[in-house]
Amino acid sequence: MKISTHISHNQSLKAKTLLAFAFAAMLPFGAAQASGGLKVTATNATWQTECSTCHVAYPASLLSAESWKAVMNGLDKHFGTDASVDAAAKKEITAFLEKNASQRRRDAVLSANGKPQLRITETAWFIREHDEVSGRIWKNPLVKSAANCAACHTLAEKGDFNEHNIKMPK
Amino acid sequence: MSHCYSFVRVLALSSVFPIVLFTSTPVFAQTPEQTLAGFKQAALMAEPGFQGFSAARGEKFFTSVHGNDWSCSTCHGKNPTVLGKHTKTNKVIQPLAPAFNIERFTDQAKVDKWFKRNCNDVLSRVCTAQEKGDVLAFLMGFKK
Repeated sequence: MKISTHISHNQSLKAKTLLAFAFAAMLPFGAAQASGGLKVTATNATWQTECSTCHVAYPASLLSAESWKAVMNGLDKHFGTDASVDAAAKKEITAFLEKNASQRRRDAVLSANGKPQLRITETAWFIREHDEVSGRIWKNPLVKSAANCAACHTLAEKGDFNEHNIKMPK
Repeated sequence: MSHCYSFVRVLALSSVFPIVLFTSTPVFAQTPEQTLAGFKQAALMAEPGFQGFSAARGEKFFTSVHGNDWSCSTCHGKNPTVLGKHTKTNKVIQPLAPAFNIERFTDQAKVDKWFKRNCNDVLSRVCTAQEKGDVLAFLMGFKK
């Protein structure tokens, strides 16, 4: 009995390791899921400049290529604001985002209205990663919106979302 | 003769290079005054009766809502000499008044991009050259 438990524990470890490898393999080249969180390594100067003016330049690996295409085609009505860029910048940023987009199959799943998911905060990944965050934190005026990564992820601007660098506002 | 020439050249280089290398003012494509002159030219073309820009009218335009929820000052703040904050994302916005942020209104493409976006958000239309010039006149009125 003892032995069989031991074996099953080992098997479970093995399964977890396999899962971790499988997950890592699904991540695009531009992102690393190091221990403790996401570290973005894929960057592009135009993406950084244009996308970080109003908010953190969200990592390409957080949405599917289909989603990014839809985001980039709707910049004139970008979550309630006009965020349009010129044709050359649009082409460059779209190519960068698509190349480094999430490869996870569930991120390519259409949202409730049958369209590509546009909000990172509504992806299953985001919801799972943030399920420990209390409602009090979300309602803090210093946070304001779940889109405000840098409110808690102190190095978000640098693409570092490691949980060791999280500091919740009081 | 050639000695003399190289001496002059060394002198010339040593006097020019420190200026070029250690100058503290970055070079911008245009000055805010030139940006304002461009608006004036466009305003004259659009309205033959153009009477010039008004900082007071620009201030009123900047701080008022125009049918939508936001005014310019919603994000840029009522005092354009200090930092603003994006009303949705909380992202800090650098001061708009050129005397307090030397990069402002020195790049025509950037000026055009932001007026297009922000006028669309605040007024649901493009701004006229008169409106843009009034706002810039208001912003240029702040001195250090």
